[in-house]
Amino acid sequence: MSILVLAEHDGQKIKISTLQAIGAAKQMGSPVHLLIVGNQIREVVADAQSLENVDKVLVAEASRFNHLLAEDVAPLVAMIATDYQALVAAHTSFARDVLPRTAALLDVAMISDVLEIHSPKTFSRPIYAGNLVAMVQSEESIQVLTIRGNRFSPVNNSDSHIAVIEAIDIPDLPINTIWISEDKQASDRPALSTAKVVVSGGRSLGSKEQFESTLGPLAANLGAAIGATRAAVDSGYASNESQVGQTGTQVAPDLYIALGISGSIQHTAGMKDSKVIVAVNLDPDALIFQVADYGLVADLFDVVPQLNNALAKN
Amino acid sequence: MKILVPIKRVVDYNVQVRPTDDGRQVELAGVKMSPNPFDENALEEALRLKEAGLATEIVAVTFGNSMNQDVLRHALAMGVDRAILVDVDKQPDSLGVAKLLKAIVKRETPQLVLMGKQAIDYDAGQTPQMLAGLLGWPQGTFVSKVEFKGEQVEVTREIDGGTETLKLQLPVVISVDLRLNSPRFVKLPNLMMAKKKPIETLSASELVPNCESKLKTLGISYPPSRKPAQMLTSVDELIGKLKNEAGVL
Ligand SMILES: Cc1cc2nc3c(=O)[nH]c(=O)nc-3n(C[C@H](O)[C@H](O)[C@H](O)COP(=O)(O)OP(=O)(O)OC[C@H]3O[C@@H](n4cnc5c(N)ncnc54)[C@H](O)[C@@H]3O)c2cc1C
Ligand SMILES: Cc1cc2nc3c(=O)[nH]c(=O)nc-3n(C[C@H](O)[C@H](O)[C@H](O)COP(=O)(O)OP(=O)(O)OC[C@H]3O[C@@H](n4cnc5c(N)ncnc54)[C@H](O)[C@@H]3O)c2cc1C
Repeated sequence: MSILVLAEHDGQKIKISTLQAIGAAKQMGSPVHLLIVGNQIREVVADAQSLENVDKVLVAEASRFNHLLAEDVAPLVAMIATDYQALVAAHTSFARDVLPRTAALLDVAMISDVLEIHSPKTFSRPIYAGNLVAMVQSEESIQVLTIRGNRFSPVNNSDSHIAVIEAIDIPDLPINTIWISEDKQASDRPALSTAKVVVSGGRSLGSKEQFESTLGPLAANLGAAIGATRAAVDSGYASNESQVGQTGTQVAPDLYIALGISGSIQHTAGMKDSKVIVAVNLDPDALIFQVADYGLVADLFDVVPQLNNALAKN
Repeated sequence: MKILVPIKRVVDYNVQVRPTDDGRQVELAGVKMSPNPFDENALEEALRLKEAGLATEIVAVTFGNSMNQDVLRHALAMGVDRAILVDVDKQPDSLGVAKLLKAIVKRETPQLVLMGKQAIDYDAGQTPQMLAGLLGWPQGTFVSKVEFKGEQVEVTREIDGGTETLKLQLPVVISVDLRLNSPRFVKLPNLMMAKKKPIETLSASELVPNCESKLKTLGISYPPSRKPAQMLTSVDELIGKLKNEAGVL
């Protein structure tokens, strides 16, 4: 039997998190079919067709999929998924909204945020803010999984590969939800969840102005995304979507620089996968030094200008 | 409008958990338990809706054993009208909880189920969406703002990279984010009074005959730990390390 991956796209290309989900599906060993839901998605389908390991691209195109609502998408996915051994997507806000609802319609339990696939029915996932890892075995007829993208290698596009395309009949359901608006911060900076470098600040930045004026130039010098602790977000220094942690975004950049961050487990849950972690904190006993590779006991307001100078010289 | 608020009893967020000696479960003996933080936000919102004259009754429910009474007492002390304890032998999985909740919804007929977006123990974040699916109701997940407009409710949801606003037709399931509000403190006299209030107890097997989980936990372990940081003394030293040792600059 095959594996169905629910795709996410930006209207033109398949998102990297989906390429990682296909990478995860590949580990389960079966042919992979990709389901693309949307409106005016010709370019997306063309992009998907040349993806390695994708045998078939299922296309559900309709004007009402201009904005995707769980209430609308879940029944569609559930209808298709019954033919598959597993339904897989990246652990994004979209899939976290849609897949549990789909699982319920299929009457199967679901496994969220899979870190590792041991066999087609055995998985590891984080519990207690990533303080522990549970190995879970499922006896369900269909495995419904969201996977932690950065733990799996993305698949690539290949010139020599062309997947079959199949259009899907769309069930006509009454929907009791209306999409009103979206507010996404337009920014020149790389996206937090996929950035190669992340510069993060905490409550110690003191104000919105100081947060921006301190972290902004450093992020620009490093081509980095900006992250924040919940304390910084709650104080209004940084926007919601920059929160890193158990209940925010999970990041795994090559370099994570934590400035004035105490290192609570709820925060480190979101950044422990980073390759290299640098921590700057006034307190030599700060918990953040237990997960960092390099630590500086210093005032971040002294360190950041020095870093900017040193980077400018490079 | 009647509101149902499910509350999960979880290990307090300040506690450092560990596996049991046999590595099969999470050690819960002698560990401090609390209401799931997100569920407190849900409770707070329900109370504010009642104070604003939009809600008539708030019912709290938990699935567990008699020890779970403490989180219901907490909810009663915060101001809910009634509390239901559903006795379960074994903690069901998210689908099991959703099925039990569906049975409670059929019994209580609320117009709104307000719940946490995730439980901080298993971090599954599935139950609200599953419940909405089983009921065929609209869902508003990861919600940081709620505004009622007659038979409709506008919710602002936290999504990757920003927020989104949806209008949902009642009855609905809403799962809330920490940012929605700040839960009120419970005053000691209220807690004392709540001790005297009745808690209705139901049996899970009578509500839903078969909620057996098809998920089995094979083992619990620590994630690979990182080495403690190399402590450096200057920015120059740091730059040198990042360039020559870590190779990330
Ligand atoms: C259910 C729940 C979920 C949560 N989810 C998240 C989450 O997803 N992400 C998250 O981040 N948090 C989360 N939290 C909050 C978390 O528990 C911590 O409160 C938060 O991470 C602390 O943020 P902070 O490090 O900025 O602030 P603090 O803990 O106040 O630390 C500030 C640090 O800055 C240092 N400092 C001060 N001034 C300077 C200076 N000039 N130079 C250098 N260092 C300085 C101090 O020594 C201190 O270590 C959650 C909490 C709960 C209850
Ligand atoms: C090691 C281990 C791993 C597990 N892994 C999984 C897994 O991958 N998938 C899975 O489905 N189950 C798993 N389980 C089962 C888990 O115990 C139940 O799924 C759990 O009760 C519901 O999931 P959650 O706590 O993450 O709830 P969530 O879905 O995160 O909870 C969201 C909201 O639902 C409500 N709620 C949930 N449970 C209750 C309750 N008991 N009483 C009242 N309200 C409640 C609360 O409002 C809560 O805020 C695992 C169990 C163990 C021991």
